[in-house]
Amino acid sequence: MSLLKPSFGGPPPSSRPEMILGVASGKGGTGKTTVALNLAKVAGSPIQLLDCDVEAPNAHLFVNRPVTRQGTVTIPVPEIDPTRCDGCGKCSQFCQFHAIVSLGTTPLVFPELCHGCGGCAMICSRRAIRERARRIGVVEERRDGNLTLVQGRLDVGVALATPLIRGVKAVLQPDSPAILDSPPGTSCPVVTTLLGTDFVLLVTEPTRFGLHDLTLAVAMVRELQIPFGVVINRLGVGDERVHRFCREQDIPILLEIPDDRRIAEAYARGQIIVDALPEYRRPFEALWGLLSHRSCVGRKDSDADLRLRA
Amino acid sequence: MKIAFTSSGKSLSAPLEGRFGRAPKIIVFDTETESTEVLDNRAGTEAAQGAGTQTAEKLARLGAERVVTGHCGPKAFRVLQAAGIQVFTSESTTVAEALHALQSGRLTALQAADVEGPWGQ
Repeated sequence: MSLLKPSFGGPPPSSRPEMILGVASGKGGTGKTTVALNLAKVAGSPIQLLDCDVEAPNAHLFVNRPVTRQGTVTIPVPEIDPTRCDGCGKCSQFCQFHAIVSLGTTPLVFPELCHGCGGCAMICSRRAIRERARRIGVVEERRDGNLTLVQGRLDVGVALATPLIRGVKAVLQPDSPAILDSPPGTSCPVVTTLLGTDFVLLVTEPTRFGLHDLTLAVAMVRELQIPFGVVINRLGVGDERVHRFCREQDIPILLEIPDDRRIAEAYARGQIIVDALPEYRRPFEALWGLLSHRSCVGRKDSDADLRLRA
Repeated sequence: MKIAFTSSGKSLSAPLEGRFGRAPKIIVFDTETESTEVLDNRAGTEAAQGAGTQTAEKLARLGAERVVTGHCGPKAFRVLQAAGIQVFTSESTTVAEALHALQSGRLTALQAADVEGPWGQ
């Protein structure tokens, strides 16, 4: 794998897969990776799974294969040429992250605060700022049958998830559909993951916490104007409030996975549900069939038409 | 000489703030005129990151020669050092007590940051 560079705007149109599905949630631990892996497993043809939770990637725990390719992701950080710098301080005023500090002399640079936007180099009229590459993490690829798993892993001590997520997405190949397993929450890393996706599955659980964070996630995907549907995991715990919310908001519930102890046991052994418990295969296949025909998911269907029960 | 103090209040009787970069106020005492000036440091308290470097830069622009605070991390210390500002730490309760301790020679200047930066940097 050649050196990967973060691209600031997603993959160019020519290298875009036909279908990119995002799997997100407000709340953590609702089953994003479970849903993403099981959908990838039932796809039946080549599929890309991108683990974009670069602070804590875990999809590889279920894909017991060695790394086939690896690349390093870097961001450009400034380096000052003191012979050219006249200490004007424009770079320091420009930087919103206080990564470059000018005191009327050659500025001090703090690479660990830099987000790699390149603004300081652009604003410097004396061309005193050069950029050098700073490593922030790695992208790794594993293959298992039809599945290509790509995951990003942030280096310890680095707090810049978004450029690494762009580095993971830069590996997308145009020839097969892709599933993007998002980090939890609704902040920048999630938005960076979901930008450019065709459809988002929001995985939740039918509890008060589940609803609270689902509400935030729904507001986020609406802002991003990406069509979406809900997957309810651990059906049977909690109450009816998530169902009520989805009904009131006209949000399709696309899959319900029961609170089945055998699923947790299989998960704990590193097994994928559809492999360990074949009776769950059909609902996941049906959901994948639905999602891989984008014309269906883009349509305004009623809740009942789309709902599948595992 | 201008001496800066990190504080959570607006006068010499206000508490000395233990945090450098995220101190809500900076109180500047001018030893020549014996006057005080209060600066808002909301840019520091609300900064997602770089609160220390931002606050240190502010003190440098102000022309402060000394700063008294609770603790100082490595990035802020580097900026203060580059600006030639001496850093003193004090456990005094109020800014006035810290000023008195400094002027009576009971505080010694830091030679290096006394706490780690975020993420152990």
